[in-house]
Amino acid sequence: MLNTHALFGNRWLLASALLLLPFVLQPFGNAWIRIADMSLLYVLLALGLNIVVGYAGLLDLGYVAFFAVGAYLFGLLASPHLTDAFPWIATLFSDGLHLSLWMVLPLAAGVAALFGIVLGAPTLKLRGDYLAIVTLGFGEIIRVFLNNLDQPVNITNGPKGIGSIDAVSVFGHPLSKRLDLGFMEIPSVTLYYYLFLLLVVVSVLVCHRLENSRIGRAWMAIREDEIAAKAMGLNTRNLKLMAFGMGATFGGISGAMFAAFQGFVSPESFSLMESVMIVAMVVLGGLGHLPGVILGAVLLAALPEALRYVAGPLQEMTGGRLDAAILRQLLISLAMVGVMLWRPSGLWPKPEHGKRLQSVEGHDA
Amino acid sequence: MDVLLQQVINGLVLGSMYALVALGYTMVYGIINLINFAHGEVLMIGALCSWSLINILQPAFPDLPGWVILLMAMVLASLAAASLNFVIEKIAYRPLRNAPKLAPLITAIGMSIFLQTIAMIVWKPNYKPFPTLLPSTPIAIGEAVITPTQLMILGLTVVALAVLSWLVNATRLGRAMRATAENPRMASLMGVKPDVVISATFIIGAVLATLAGVMWASNYGTVHHAMGFLPGLKAFTAAVFGGIGNLGGAVVGGLLLGLIESIGSGYLGELTGGVMGSHYSDIFAFLVLILVLTLRPSGLMGERVADRA
Amino acid sequence: MLSQHVLQVAGVSKRFGGLQALNDVHLNIERGQVYGLIGPNGAGKTTFFNVITGLYPADSGSFVLADQPYQPKDVHLVAKAGIARTFQNIRLFADMTALENVMVARHVRTHSGLLGAIFRTKSFKQEEKEIAERAHELLAYVGIDTLADIKARTLSYGDQRRLEIARALATDPQLLALDEPAAGMNATEKVQLRALIDKIRHDHRTVLLIEHDVKLVMGLCDRVTVLDEGQVIAEGTPAHVQRDARVMQAYLGTAQV
Repeated sequence: MLNTHALFGNRWLLASALLLLPFVLQPFGNAWIRIADMSLLYVLLALGLNIVVGYAGLLDLGYVAFFAVGAYLFGLLASPHLTDAFPWIATLFSDGLHLSLWMVLPLAAGVAALFGIVLGAPTLKLRGDYLAIVTLGFGEIIRVFLNNLDQPVNITNGPKGIGSIDAVSVFGHPLSKRLDLGFMEIPSVTLYYYLFLLLVVVSVLVCHRLENSRIGRAWMAIREDEIAAKAMGLNTRNLKLMAFGMGATFGGISGAMFAAFQGFVSPESFSLMESVMIVAMVVLGGLGHLPGVILGAVLLAALPEALRYVAGPLQEMTGGRLDAAILRQLLISLAMVGVMLWRPSGLWPKPEHGKRLQSVEGHDA
Repeated sequence: MDVLLQQVINGLVLGSMYALVALGYTMVYGIINLINFAHGEVLMIGALCSWSLINILQPAFPDLPGWVILLMAMVLASLAAASLNFVIEKIAYRPLRNAPKLAPLITAIGMSIFLQTIAMIVWKPNYKPFPTLLPSTPIAIGEAVITPTQLMILGLTVVALAVLSWLVNATRLGRAMRATAENPRMASLMGVKPDVVISATFIIGAVLATLAGVMWASNYGTVHHAMGFLPGLKAFTAAVFGGIGNLGGAVVGGLLLGLIESIGSGYLGELTGGVMGSHYSDIFAFLVLILVLTLRPSGLMGERVADRA
Repeated sequence: MLSQHVLQVAGVSKRFGGLQALNDVHLNIERGQVYGLIGPNGAGKTTFFNVITGLYPADSGSFVLADQPYQPKDVHLVAKAGIARTFQNIRLFADMTALENVMVARHVRTHSGLLGAIFRTKSFKQEEKEIAERAHELLAYVGIDTLADIKARTLSYGDQRRLEIARALATDPQLLALDEPAAGMNATEKVQLRALIDKIRHDHRTVLLIEHDVKLVMGLCDRVTVLDEGQVIAEGTPAHVQRDARVMQAYLGTAQV
């Protein structure tokens, strides 16, 4: 098996590779950096879902709801939509509604966490498969509301979505504009890359710390055997709500960043297929194992994009039946069935003897 | 009042289709504790197969009456769907019978998407009109109307339920199925082969789903690769509503859900003062599911799940 | 001051449909005792066990734990109140290491939350250190410290049982309740188990034991209650109970007492 110690022990190598990636990709076109950006957003989603599914063992099939909440929250608070649709808001905010990065992140996290708790609450007593279906239902309910809340009052603008969303600004510089350093120019996609990379690094740190903590162990105990967990005094109800809430915050933040990055959100981006894909990322990567989850996210996010280049000729060969989107769905679904049959603990599962990755705090036994 | 009668008729028709699909879910869950996420896709494959078959049969036998063609297509499509379901169970679900709970769920979801994608490739993603093979003049019942297609659906459902009932109660296979559903270990000790019973369950479920699929296509006039998803989900809700594992419950749950959806979406606009229109009718099923699982998780008629202790 | 009485139970009854599983059962466990609950199959031992650990609500009865009224309603409050149990079918956290299994059980006596975990506060780090130390101590106490980093599901049967006991002890219970701890054990393992329970008693812990192995119970327990068909038919020292005519009758044909 891969020597994780060597890979991550060589932190400087990894860090340099990540920092230099956009410049390596640039000659091939900004599109590739954009792929990296989206992959990072998906890594955030996978990390969040990993808390719910990987640590606490709750199969949430509606996780995209939190992505949507974060995205629409930012969309509503940083675009002309609300001021256009509601004159009274326009008078209150004569400059229009714009949010700074420092306000977005905690707000998106907080609102998403709230949704996490509210949507998680009805599922607390359900067994695994029912939990899955109910959370799927919630994801769909959110999508239906997003699609239809343009009447009687136009909150979400229905299927048309919300456009002209502000870019995120860091120290006054909107990331949608390239940064002119004099000796070189950094394109917008690269600026976003570094922002997202920072968010991912912070998230990985947070997840790692949660994993190796009293709460993390409690979540895992619930995953392993809820009855025994209760018998050992764990308040499983509160712990599950905590998992839902904590997991949702990642979705919310990722969603807000997505809205800023794209400049546009619509209900189409928040379908069941997205939820399933995020579940696939976590499960196929390695449930509960951070490196595996990240690998799963990167593979499933970047692969379809990479496929576009292969799909062209295939599409011609099959008379238009196999395009990139279909190919991606085909491969993801086959992967789901295949991995469960042949490598059920994922592509990169936790190492057998329970020796954790080099612990940051060094409180390994 | 006349509107209500129409809604009731529509609701029963819709409910019949839900009932047929719900039976498939409930039988599988009762025996192997698996939500077969891909079951809705069996409906879709059955419907698309029948569409293809009709497009072949009609020009081949131009003199045959429409209902005969429809029947032939149903039978052949059922065969195809049954074989498909048999293979799926054998390859994808059987190896995972003793795996931890997450694995079969993931596989089932993957299988569902796989089938949809294959359908997209084989039949192309566009909405296709389903040929009208039955006369379309509606028959008046009081102030409401019912079409021959809807009558066919109701009639065929009754027949299918009667046949299933006979199968489950009066045949050796049926006894074996009931025994396995109650206590698999005991049943196998008595000489019942669980693999055979489980395969039979999948085959029967596929036949019922195909019937429902053809009915659905006839009733709504179109077929496409995504047509199985929502009905599948709703039928599962119906199965839980009635009591998972309980065959009678699946039928009752299906009919009730159809009625709730039909009557509810009709009156939803009035009830909410125009705030929510019938677009929201899709989430009824989910709301019912959440209510049932919160308030009465064993369903209306009680669940019957295998004693796996 | 630790109270003399650990568990006082009176008038416990429980009916399941047509079956009166428990009928006016009473029990008194004093501190430092190893208390046995025996009876033929179907006597109601497990039902009683599940009632005091909150799995089923009793129809009637009063419970006093360490001189405090005790309402075994929510399972997760049972450990907090002071009763820690093991399971007949061993319910360990299979994919977690032995050490982690025991560390988790410290949850109910510790309190760091999300913020502590994320920001690695001083109190969090201190608590984590204590949790790990205590867990190691307990693993050593039951004799499996060398297996600390091994996943629970790969441990041998005997080691798993010991781990379960260590885990229960981690909750600092007033009463350690063992549900058929000798089930499935061979003679050697039973001797080791007996030694462990003796050691636990020697360290002033109170133990409630359900067991089928009557010989083990008689050699180990300070006092015994015998149930038959949901009712208490005898209680007292093992020697006393052994000679009770009703007990012999209840066990006739099953085991030589």
